[in-house]
This record gives sequence, structure tokens and C-alpha cells, in this order.
Amino acid sequence: MTAAAGVDTALQRLRDAAARLSGRQVTFMEVCGTHTMSIARLGLKALFPPNVQLVSGPGCPVCVTPQGVIDRMVALARVPGATVCTFGDMLRVPGTESSLERERASGARIRVVYSPLEALAHAEAHPGEQVIFLGVGFETTAPAIAQTLRQAKAKRVANFTAAVAGKVVPPALHALLSDDDVALDGLLCPGHVSVIIGAKVYGFIPAEFGVPCAVAGFEAAEILLGLASLCEQIAAGRATVENLYREWVRPEGNRRAQAVIDEVLLTADAEWRGIGVIPLSGYSLRPAWRDFDAFERFGIPEMHAPEPRGCRCGEVLKGVTQPRDCGIFGTHCTPQHPVGPCMVSSEGSCAAEFKYGGR
Amino acid sequence: MTGEKPILGLGLSRVLLSHGGGGSQTEALLGEHFFPHLIAPHGERRGDSAILSAGPARIAFTTDSFVVKPWRFPGGDIGRLAVCGTVNDLTAAGARPQWLSLGLILEEGFAAADLASVAVSIQQAATEASVEIVTGDTKVVERGRGDGIYINTAGIGIIEGDAIPHLARAEPGDAVIVTGTVGDHGAAIMQARESFGLVGPVASDVAPLGGLIDSLRAAGVAAHVLKDPTRGGLAMAANEIAEASGVAIRLDERALPVKPSVARLLDLLGLDVFEVANEGKMIVIVPPGEAEPALRGLRAHPLGREAAVIGEVSASGDAIVTVTTRAGGERMLIKPAGEALPRIC
Repeated sequence: MTAAAGVDTALQRLRDAAARLSGRQVTFMEVCGTHTMSIARLGLKALFPPNVQLVSGPGCPVCVTPQGVIDRMVALARVPGATVCTFGDMLRVPGTESSLERERASGARIRVVYSPLEALAHAEAHPGEQVIFLGVGFETTAPAIAQTLRQAKAKRVANFTAAVAGKVVPPALHALLSDDDVALDGLLCPGHVSVIIGAKVYGFIPAEFGVPCAVAGFEAAEILLGLASLCEQIAAGRATVENLYREWVRPEGNRRAQAVIDEVLLTADAEWRGIGVIPLSGYSLRPAWRDFDAFERFGIPEMHAPEPRGCRCGEVLKGVTQPRDCGIFGTHCTPQHPVGPCMVSSEGSCAAEFKYGGR
Repeated sequence: MTGEKPILGLGLSRVLLSHGGGGSQTEALLGEHFFPHLIAPHGERRGDSAILSAGPARIAFTTDSFVVKPWRFPGGDIGRLAVCGTVNDLTAAGARPQWLSLGLILEEGFAAADLASVAVSIQQAATEASVEIVTGDTKVVERGRGDGIYINTAGIGIIEGDAIPHLARAEPGDAVIVTGTVGDHGAAIMQARESFGLVGPVASDVAPLGGLIDSLRAAGVAAHVLKDPTRGGLAMAANEIAEASGVAIRLDERALPVKPSVARLLDLLGLDVFEVANEGKMIVIVPPGEAEPALRGLRAHPLGREAAVIGEVSASGDAIVTVTTRAGGERMLIKPAGEALPRIC
């Protein structure tokens, strides 16, 4: 079967399933930035049946990082002798008074890396520099960060630390679904995150909230089949977790990756931009690994900052405000002059709407 | 404090790496902090080439600087790039490239053998492009203050005939053609920098395009627009054409020639093939009736074997570019803001 035929079949299935809802309007949410970007880049929304709406949730790890944490990272970039290694998406996120990109233009040493191992390799090759890896990400990134720290410890790399600001997805979904402002008929669960944590962990969503879930991949046909599954579940009056990404996602996830994470990181309460503090929703280093904590080594205190004036990233992240309904979207807030992180990150829903949705 | 401060977000006090992407950020930087202080007698200071009159002759004049990192990459090096980039700008202006100048900025410690190898590829590209290097300059900066080698080239070409292509000449109904596979150069630079897994062979397409466009002319086709989709890729080029001509352009992703290895690499990096740089491709816009002869003419040349119609100029009015996606959906294509890949050329 060709890819195009696969899309046609999947689309037909979605249309058939949506037609069985007897005109009921349904709102689904995707909670993975890669889904957000795939959907926008593939122009899929133009193909949806009129009674199916898809909104973006807190699926972009850069976007959910609160402003205070960005300020702490800027402070790390200002540490004399420091080399900050970061994923490229973080560079342009505005903090309260600067960004990593601006710090770099002012002379800070900031390197864009594709994996934390690259940062460790840089530390080994440059013993005179204090190399700090900015560990932003979801469960997908956590195993690589943990593995890198294990290697750093085993090799006794003294000039390497990590600023761990990773997030855990399921507690955020729980907080989101408990929010009275949020009304969802189904969740398109993330593909990559689920590879690590498995499909079973989403069981509380149908059980506690009666909301159907589908775990799906990132191709057009896979996304359309995920949405079809949600419609079919609603039409049949059931709510389960359907795993449509079986070639990658096991019910219990990747046990080895989980074990590596568990050795180095523990879950702690964490602040999400726009949502607030969610219990046990963030990673931090276990006490035995504190030597590798960049914030501790360089004495960077906790920081809290209000969200920028006019910015509605918080509401956008919860799916209760659409990017275009934000008063500064496309005028004061553009990819060139971003105010909030949703406009910066390549996985942010405002960036996706600006880029692919027209002006 | 100079310059105005935006109401929200962070104000600009220094040049950022992303200002060099050639996209709307570059335009904003120059538009705000540079162009207002210049007097431009020939009006069109933002075009890739200036069209000048010297007695009865008309010439195209252009310049370009090359800071690509690494300076050697699969499919070429900074020397070949410096010749082809300038030659292709002249070709896109409808000129026949004739003479180039060459400015070298070398970093203390750059190997003499490497310098010689760059010279060899400069001459090879110049021979392929039938241009002469007629003048030049060399400067050396301290170790650590350059990245081995930077090159600036300027070029002069002669314009013959009257029907010269121009960014502003796209008309509704015109066919949009690309002369071969897209994304090759950007993908090759990324692969050279980071060696991302086993995606298959990826090489830059860097090549002078004068011969290819001669082959188009030999087929009797007078293109409305020629544009080399370098930094910012097809997205940048198509939007510049749409804006200059006041037309909407519709592209079809399914018709876009992309090498499988390039597609895999860009997928891996989350990059959009429409935004990735090309250094050996031309966008050719022709009247609808001339699409077939144009394809025949282009495909008759070795650099145009995979030429394809990838869209059409759909309407006058709103200067927008839309894409029918590979899934059959629809989306906008806008100018890339900054450069996803700094120092691509």
C-alpha cells in the first residue's frame, strides 16, 4: 500500500467514525509537540470532518518551562568560565530581561547540541571550561540525561553539570483534565513519550475522567487513525486507551530506560508555565547525584517571574485559548520578536499556527 | 539609547546569529539599523543583483560573502560555493556571468595545502561557469578570530536581449518549475557538521547554473522569473516572488523532487525541506504554455535531469504561498524568520 493510499483509507475511517457521532461536536487534544508540528506541516486540519476539532496541549517541553527557570538558565550562562550546552529551541526563549541567544551575542559561551552526550564530550575535551547541560525535556529526553550523568560519574568528569528541568507528562494530564476550564472528548497521546513510559500509564484517564485515549505515531495516516479511534470509542460509548503505535510502544514501556532514569532522577513537584505547580510532575537529581547539579554548584537560587504582560501562553498550553485568539499573536508576538515560548519553540502551538496556519 | 524598543518582549541592542539567516530577521535588522543611513541611487538596493547601464550595455553586478562551516563538505567546499553563489545570482538576474573578484580572509594557521585545494576548486568552478577571476585581495586575521577561511566574491554579468526575467514578472497561470532535487546543500552541511547516523549519501548540489539556463533558452523559453532558492530555501524564494509580483503561489509537496537520503536526514532533524538551502537549483517561472518545452530544455542538461513542475501562480492580489501537503492537506508557507542552520553558505 502506498503512503497516499494509507492516508486516504485513514481519512475515510475518520470521516465514517465522525459521521456516527450524529452531529455531535467533539474536541480532542494532542499533547505532544511532534504531533503539533506534524499536523500543522501536513496541513491535516484542512482534511478533518467539520465536527472534529483538535487543540494543542502542553506538549512542548520548552513551552512549559516557566519563565523563572529560563532566568536561572540565563544566570548560568553568565557564570565566568561556563560553557552552556543546550538544545537549539531554548536559545530564543525570552526570560525576564534576556535570553540565551542575547547572552551569546554579549559574549557568553553557548553551544547548541543535539544530545547531552555531545555536551559531556565537550567537557572532556575542554577541561578548563565548566560545561553545563540544560536538561529540558519530557520522559523522552530523561534517559539520555540520566545515562550521560552516569557516564560523567564513571569517568569522573569534574567540569560537567546539568541543569535538570525535565517534566513528566501523566501528572500534567491529570491536572489538565481536573481543570474546570478544560473540556475534552479525547486525548491523542504522545508517541515518543509513550515509547518510554508505555501505554498503560494513561489508564487513569478513561477510568477517572471517562475520556478515551489513543496512542499514535506521527505519519499522516497514523494521526488520522488515532482520531478515528477516539471518534469510534465515543460512538460506541466506551473509553479505553487504544495503542495504535504498537511497533514502538509496549504496554509497560521501556523498562531499561525507566531503570536508568530511576537511578539518577526522582520526580518532584514542578511548576508548569500557565498551569502552576503540579505534584510529582518534574525531574530532579537524586541526592547522590547533587554534585552534578549546575544550579547548586554555581549557587543559582530558585527564581519565579510573572508571565510577560499580554502573553497567554498559559491558556494556550491548556488548550482553552487558541493561538490566534491571543491579543498579541502575530502583532507584538512573532517568531522574530517572541514574547512567550509557544512562539519560539519549533514545537510550540503558536509557532505552528504562525508558520503553517497563515497570517 | 538608540532604536525603538518593542512594547513587549526583548529589545534589540546587538546583532544575533539568527540575523544572518537572510530571512525576515535579516531584513528587519538592515531595514531598521542600516538601510536608513544609505543613499541608493539605483533604488533596488535589496535585490540579489543590481542592473546597471554602461553606455548601450546593461550589466548585472552582485556580491556575496561565504562563511560556511565547515569550509569543506560533501559535494564541494567554500571555494566552489563562492564562485557558484555569485555566478548563480547573476544568472538569476538574466545576465551572462563574465568576471569575478575574490576577497580572501584567512585565519592565522590555516594550512597552505588547504588554501591550494580551495584555489583548485575555485578555478574548476570558474571554468565550469565560463567566468574569469580578474582581481582579488587577501587579509589574514589572528588565530581564533576567523574560522580558517572566509571568501567574498563580487561578479559582473552582461545582459542580452529585452525579455529579462525579474522577480516581479510572475503572472497568474504561470507554471512554477524547480530544476532538480531540493534540500541537498543544507542537508550536506548538517551531515558534515554532525554525522547524523546512516541516512545514505548526502552531498551538496553546489554548481554554476549558467549552462542549464542556456539550455532553457535554447528550447525557446523566455522565463518570467529566475530565482536561486539558497538560504531560506523554496519558502524564502517563493515568498519573495509572490511579494514582488503581487501574486499567490500554490506549491504541491507531492511533486517536489527530494532525494530519499535528504528527506530522511531532514526528518530526523525536524527541518522542513521547503526551508533548506540549495546551491545548484533554480526556480523557473514560465507562462503555462511553455512548461513542457521548459522541462524539455532543462532536462536536456545534466544539472536539470530531475526538473519538475511543482506548482503554479494561482492568482493576483494577496501575496501568499500555500502548499498542498504530501498528505493532501493544505498549509501556508511563510518566510523563515531566522536561519535554522547558521552559516550554511
